[in-house]
Amino acid sequence: MLAPAQVIVARPRAGSALRSMLPWVLVAALALVMPHVVPGGFGLSLLCRMGIAIVFALSFNMLLGQGGMLDFGHAVFLGLGGFLAMHFMRLADAGWWLPLPLLPLAGAVGGLLAAIAAGWIATRRAGTAFAMITLGVAELVVAIVLLLPGTFGGEEGLSGDRSSGPRVLGFDFGTQLQAYHLIAAWAWGCALLMWLYTRTPLGRLANAVRDNAERVGFLGYNPARIRWLVFALSGLFAGVAGGLAALNDEIVTSGNMGPDASGGVLLMTFIGGIGTFWGPVVGAILITFLSVALSTVTDAWQLYSGLLFVAMVVWAPGGLSGIILAHAPLVRAGRLGRVVPGYLVCLPGLVLAVAGTVGLAELAFRLQAVRNGASPRPVFGIAVDPGSLLPWLVALALLLAGALLLRRTAPPARAAWQEASVASTAP
Amino acid sequence: MEQLALIVLNSLVYGLLLFMLSVGLTLIFGMMGVLNLAHASFYMLGAFLAYTVSIRLGFWAALVVVPVLVGGVGAVVERYGLRTVHKHGHVAELLFTFGLAYIIGEIVPLVWGRNPVPYRVPPELDFALFQIGANAYPAYRLFMMGVAIAMFLALFLALARTRLGLVVRAALTHPDMVGMLGHDVPKVFTLVFGAGCALAGLAGVIAGNAYTTEPGMARSLGAIVFAVVVMGGLGSIWGALIASLLIGFVQVGSISLDLPLGAVLTRLGVSIPSVMPDLWSISIARVAPVVPYLLLVLVLAVRPRGLMGTRSA
Repeated sequence: MLAPAQVIVARPRAGSALRSMLPWVLVAALALVMPHVVPGGFGLSLLCRMGIAIVFALSFNMLLGQGGMLDFGHAVFLGLGGFLAMHFMRLADAGWWLPLPLLPLAGAVGGLLAAIAAGWIATRRAGTAFAMITLGVAELVVAIVLLLPGTFGGEEGLSGDRSSGPRVLGFDFGTQLQAYHLIAAWAWGCALLMWLYTRTPLGRLANAVRDNAERVGFLGYNPARIRWLVFALSGLFAGVAGGLAALNDEIVTSGNMGPDASGGVLLMTFIGGIGTFWGPVVGAILITFLSVALSTVTDAWQLYSGLLFVAMVVWAPGGLSGIILAHAPLVRAGRLGRVVPGYLVCLPGLVLAVAGTVGLAELAFRLQAVRNGASPRPVFGIAVDPGSLLPWLVALALLLAGALLLRRTAPPARAAWQEASVASTAP
Repeated sequence: MEQLALIVLNSLVYGLLLFMLSVGLTLIFGMMGVLNLAHASFYMLGAFLAYTVSIRLGFWAALVVVPVLVGGVGAVVERYGLRTVHKHGHVAELLFTFGLAYIIGEIVPLVWGRNPVPYRVPPELDFALFQIGANAYPAYRLFMMGVAIAMFLALFLALARTRLGLVVRAALTHPDMVGMLGHDVPKVFTLVFGAGCALAGLAGVIAGNAYTTEPGMARSLGAIVFAVVVMGGLGSIWGALIASLLIGFVQVGSISLDLPLGAVLTRLGVSIPSVMPDLWSISIARVAPVVPYLLLVLVLAVRPRGLMGTRSA
């Protein structure tokens, strides 16, 4: 539908199972090393957020990328899973014997049940109607959650204490490092399960329903039933992400399941790329990192991520992983050198356009700050007066010059890529 | 009795406002198959631009200038954005309009701040027209009603009586055939998209000062407008009118019913189950905002054609 199916169907060969497990071993090793590489508690909590975002984005892509289902309310399953997990955490606080490492299982059950119920209505339809139903269901659920303060804690949400449960192998998970190891283990396991799912008959059927539901129907399968099953499984993993978020934050609120959260997972998944299994992982890591790194520098980072998203939708529907994948055959054939000059020629235009856009956004924000009586911070290290016309004209000129340059330089670069990739893939 | 008259008038105003928003959306969907998730964002843009223009040039200038501006933005978005992603299919179009709504939702607080702006009713219309019981009824509400009805008549005449309206109506049902007959269907698409956005902008101009102009207004109204369009039947103007008025009455009417759910059930002779005690103590007024979403989901699941639609969503 959106991007051509990039799933490589490989016949299992001798030793291929071992070889395909190699990346997973490497990822596990990387996850163990990371806390010792990144500095301090800040980096550690960022890693925890990334782990949760990876599970969430992968579960979202089970629908969008692999099943062709655009879910505008996916955070509902994360939120409901999180709330159920939080209820169990509070039971542990009250003295029940509930080991914390199993808490995400409660999240999984919550997400699964919610997705079975929502999917019963939503998955009868596909395409735009499906997207609209998920939108309606999400609004409905969030409104109901706020109406039931006894069960969901109202505006403040529910909070608990993750370290009050019984010790497991001597760990009480009070420290962030112990919580990280737990989150990393769950994220790794869930990612592996979701990858294995893509190789099951159900995973393949989901691809087929995405590409041609009518034909799947003629083969004797019920496309709506397949969508429902996939939807339920996706809700299960989103619920695990919710359970992990509950034990990481020790609080769950209706904000965790609102339209912002649903939009956020759509953004990160699409920017990472929905055509590959690992694309959402790239997006989750990148957007989580940017949200922390950029939000300390600028107040407009959400605008930038939105602009990046729209740019991807218009010019690179395969996302970052799609861009990488498009160049893989060139690298293998040793033809990357043919496209690089074209890209370098495009670079000045791109830099100018981005600088102009950022300049305009930052000026608008500073004008706002000046009106509120604050002194404006410099833009790109240059002290500017957002009330005067000159900086606006400069930013606008940069944007226009960049756009004009790109109009000139982009077509030859694209042509060079097409020529090189045709030459690389030809036998 | 006075209470009832007030409810009827207020829900009529609200319903007509919903109609101004949904008519553009339903026309766009009917012709292009695009559900414009950014439609309510154009409404918000209209309200904020009207605030800025009305400070400098006055309300009446804003009433004319802002819909044109918003319509222009809409036409540019269709021509250079939506048309580019069209080849990737409907999901890509949905993603594009979603991203657009996201961007507008970020630009507005960037330019106008995160708090409501003091966009006021013009002094010429800021008086009480008549008394209903103890309540004074503002003249501006009646002006809103008048603008909405005038817009409906103008739109109806344009669609029913002009040559362009004929092409638009034909393109609603048979876009390919209209193209075969030599009409520039993409240009008609751009025009309809721009006109739909201009109507949303107009709704923003006249509603922004009667309600509040704040950066969350697009989100709070957006999903309700979808509910209206889906209920009325996608592509049907009459359906949009009926659904707008219906949801207007449900929303405004139920706000004045301050009864707990449980009390209503007991009065109907139903005994209250003992599970979830906080559910039965919620008042009808607080349940009201949920109703449009419930209708949206139910209609899509049970009757995808809506009230008056001919095609399913």
